[in-house]
Order: sequence, then C-alpha cells, then structure tokens
Amino acid sequence: MLVLVFILSGLIGYWVITKVPSLLHTPLMSGTNAISGVTVLGALIAVAVAATTSSKSLAMVAIVLAMVNVVGGFLVTGRMLAMFKKGKSKGKE
Amino acid sequence: MPSTIFYLYLIVAVAVISGIRLLSSPEYARWGNIIAAIAMLAAIVLILAQQELLGVGSVVVALLIGSIIGAALAIQVKMIQMPQLVAFLNGCGGAASCLVSLAETANPATTANMYICGWAVIVGSFTFSGSLIAVGKLSGKVKQQPVILPHHSWLTSGIALLLILYWAFAVYLRFTSFLLYGVILLPFALALGVIFTIRIGGADMPVVICFLNALSGLAASLCGFVTQNPLLVACGAMVGASGILLSQKMCRAMNRNLANVFLGLGVTPVSGKRLEPDSLQLKKEAEMTEEDKFSFSLKILKEADEVIIAPGYGMALSQAQFKVWELAEILEARGARVRFAIHPVAGRMPGHMNVLLAEAGVPYDKLLEMDAINEDFKNTDVAVTVGACDVVNPSAIRVAGTPISGMPILKVFEAENILVCNLDERPGYSGVENPLYKEKHAILLWGDAKETLDRLIKGLSDRG
Repeated sequence: MLVLVFILSGLIGYWVITKVPSLLHTPLMSGTNAISGVTVLGALIAVAVAATTSSKSLAMVAIVLAMVNVVGGFLVTGRMLAMFKKGKSKGKE
Repeated sequence: MPSTIFYLYLIVAVAVISGIRLLSSPEYARWGNIIAAIAMLAAIVLILAQQELLGVGSVVVALLIGSIIGAALAIQVKMIQMPQLVAFLNGCGGAASCLVSLAETANPATTANMYICGWAVIVGSFTFSGSLIAVGKLSGKVKQQPVILPHHSWLTSGIALLLILYWAFAVYLRFTSFLLYGVILLPFALALGVIFTIRIGGADMPVVICFLNALSGLAASLCGFVTQNPLLVACGAMVGASGILLSQKMCRAMNRNLANVFLGLGVTPVSGKRLEPDSLQLKKEAEMTEEDKFSFSLKILKEADEVIIAPGYGMALSQAQFKVWELAEILEARGARVRFAIHPVAGRMPGHMNVLLAEAGVPYDKLLEMDAINEDFKNTDVAVTVGACDVVNPSAIRVAGTPISGMPILKVFEAENILVCNLDERPGYSGVENPLYKEKHAILLWGDAKETLDRLIKGLSDRG
C-alpha cells in the first residue's frame, strides 16, 4: 500500500514539476524543500509513541529541525515570489 | 487505516500537489506557495490533535523554536545566499528524518521495519553531512575546488560497502538495543556524505543541491514508511521526483552526466593553450584606447534597437544586477527593446539568476530562457555579457575536446556588437579560454561590472 503511494506520488510529482518553467526553479526548490519538512509529522508521531526517554528526546530535536525546514522554506519562497513582477504594459509601442 | 484520517491526508496531499502546480505560472505562484503552507499547517494541527499532543508543552515549545529559527533565517538571507540556505534547509530536513528513524529504532515491530529504519537513518544522515559541506563550499568556508583524498574512489566505495553490509547483516548481530544498531550506522553515513560532496567543484553545486533536495525528499518518504504514514510517503516522493528532475536538467545544461559530476571529473582546469588559435578575424587589442572603447560602447548602445543582456554569476558576485536593470531602463527609455538571456546554469542553483534579477526589479517577462532567445542574437544590435564567461564561450560549439565542448551556450557571438563587462580576461570556471574576447565585434570593458555599468549609465544620461 505505502509502496503504491510512493510510486504514484513520485510520478505525479515528476509530471507536475516538468511544467514549472526554469524562471521559477529556485522558488520551486525552496518550496519543495519546505514540503520535505513534512517529516515533522513523523517526528510528532514519534514523540507520541516514544517508549524511552532517549527516543523521545531524539524526536524532539527532529521536531525543531523539521520546523526550521518547513517555516524557513515557505517564508523564503514567499519572499522570492513576491519579487517576481510583471512588466508594465508595453509602454513604448 | 481509519477512514476519516485517510481522507484528511488525501485533502492535504491534493492541496500540496495543486500548490506545486500553481508554481508553474509566475502570476499564481505566490498562491501555490500559500496553499502548500496552509496544507502543511493543517496537517501538523491534525496530527497534534490525533496524537493528543496539543496540551504537551514541550512539543509546542519545540515547534515554536524551530519556527522562529526558520523564520529568522528566511527573513535575513540575501538573494545571492539562496543556494546556501536551500542546502542548509535540505540538511535540516535530512537530519530530522534521520532522528525520527533513530527514535523509531527504539521500538521496531518487525525485522522488515528495522531495515527500513536503518535505510532512513543512512539517507537522512548522508543528506545532512553532504548538505553542510555544500553550504561550506557555497559560502566559501570550504575550498570550492574539488578536494580529492588519496584513493578517494576506493575510500568512498569502501565505506559504502561496509555500510551496506552492516545494514544488511545487522539482524544476525543480535543487538540487545535496536537504537544501538541505528547509532552505529550514523558515523559511516555521515562520513560518506562528507567524502562524497567534498570532491565536487563549486560550479557543479547546482546539480549537488538538486540531488540533496531529492535525497531529503527520499529521507522524508522513508520516514513515512517507518511511521506508517502515507502523507509523509507521498510528499517525500514528490520532493524526491522534483529533485531528480532538476538534477537531470542541470546536467543537461552543462553537458555532464550525474556520474561525472559526482566523481568530480571534467572540472580540472585545463590551460587555454590547448586550444588552436581561432580562425576568426582577430583584432589588434592595442588599436583602441580605454577611452575609445568606452565612447564607442556608448555610441553603439545609443544606436541600438535590440539589446540582449547575458548575465553570469560574476554579475551576482559584484552585485551589479541593480546597475544592469538601471542600464536596461535607460536604454528602454531611449526606445530600444531590452531582454535578458538566462542560461540554465547561470548562478549557483537552478533559476538563481532569475531571482537575482527579479530582486533588482526586472519584470519576469523580460527574463528569457536560453532556448527561447538563442535564435534572436542574430538580429540583435548589442549583446551585453555581464560577468558571464563559460555560458557564452563559443568554444563549446566550435572546438571539440574541451571540458565545455557540447555544452549549450548563449549565442552571444552572433550579435552585431558585443559588450563584455567582465572582471578580467581569465577563463571561466571550466578553464577554457574564451575566443569571444578576440572577436572583432567584441568590445572588452574589463573591470568590476558594477563600476563599468555605472560609467555607461552616466555616459548615456549625460550626453543624452
């Protein structure tokens, strides 16, 4: 089941990303980068099910790191995209 | 699988996909980013509620600390440092996935689970150490040139082999603590990440960042297998696919393949003397004084109707992008059409040059991809290269056997006149001498691009 999800989303991802123009490749990367921070969900689950203190503290550190990834990624992507402006309607011609 | 949670996951996944989909149009890209961010936030809240963690102070504090650090980094970073930041964030993601899997090794249900945990630890920590080296190289703290240790390839394959053997046969070692099993993997995987990245040269960093991006996605996906969470698997796989796709594109743009980038091949600078002297009409450099060159440049710029600017990483280094746009605006005010030709590997990560120019205020419809603009150089009055060398080097298509031969380039040499605003005549990263500088119609304005452009701007506005 999970393998199926993996293959399917890989294909969908590949297909969706082929359509992104190279103009936007940097924001695309920082955006997908933020998405790879979903691992924070794993970290949260790990904290919840942790049986030992050591694994609980590992998961806590993971939460911090993953959130740096998520928040940093989305904010910086937003910052970049805000800079992309369309030209004024062909002033000269 | 409880069905409500499944459907909620599905909604989040669809939101993330449509977020990425919107990124394909510069007009709606901002919304795409916001949708993906909201989806992520919703997923976090969902898990918090599902696992009854909302009231747990330490978890909330951990979430907040991470968010604050992330926000601080994102707000402070300069656009030229974007590759470092992305590499660093990749590293954070990888490390997080690695730690989650380590935490999970403490309670593995089955042997199969142990294998997946181990694999996730390997990929995560490799991503982490590799990314830190990449950050070091990009920010100049680690030598940009490939660092090659004695017997580098043997060392790399040796460690990799040990790692895989240990990973595969650890079941027979009868660990009393599975956590120990995971911890032993760490130093090997970390060392492998370092050794792997350290031999890759500075100009190949775009490929490396994409590759590490793919790995951080893969690590997150593996983490999903470990925690049996389909959303992690799905998002991770999408990021992985994106990273792989971008690495391929970068390689194609540099005429390299992944294997020789990773083995650090083809980046040893060769002396330009290996090239035959060009058969083109060579001009005598001494003919023109600096002042002549300068006033001639002004003349052709004033008369130009069609101008294409080809920026390279040198422009970013001298922070000349603002001056470039100032020049473009003046020329446009005089009635010329000015466009920008962006080579896919101009900059230190995919699309980097576009971001730098957008920051300077250049509207995105003036930023054209190489393939979209290359045929227009023929009909261009003036092509201006700013801090670009290898990506405009005609040797790539005229001379065989150089490190850049076969690499697609911007056909700047086809323009009527060429203004070269580079720092000096040294070859670019590839080490291949640039015959463009010897072309009859090339005017060489050596010096810091920012100052050169400033002089041109002043000249254009003074003498009206």
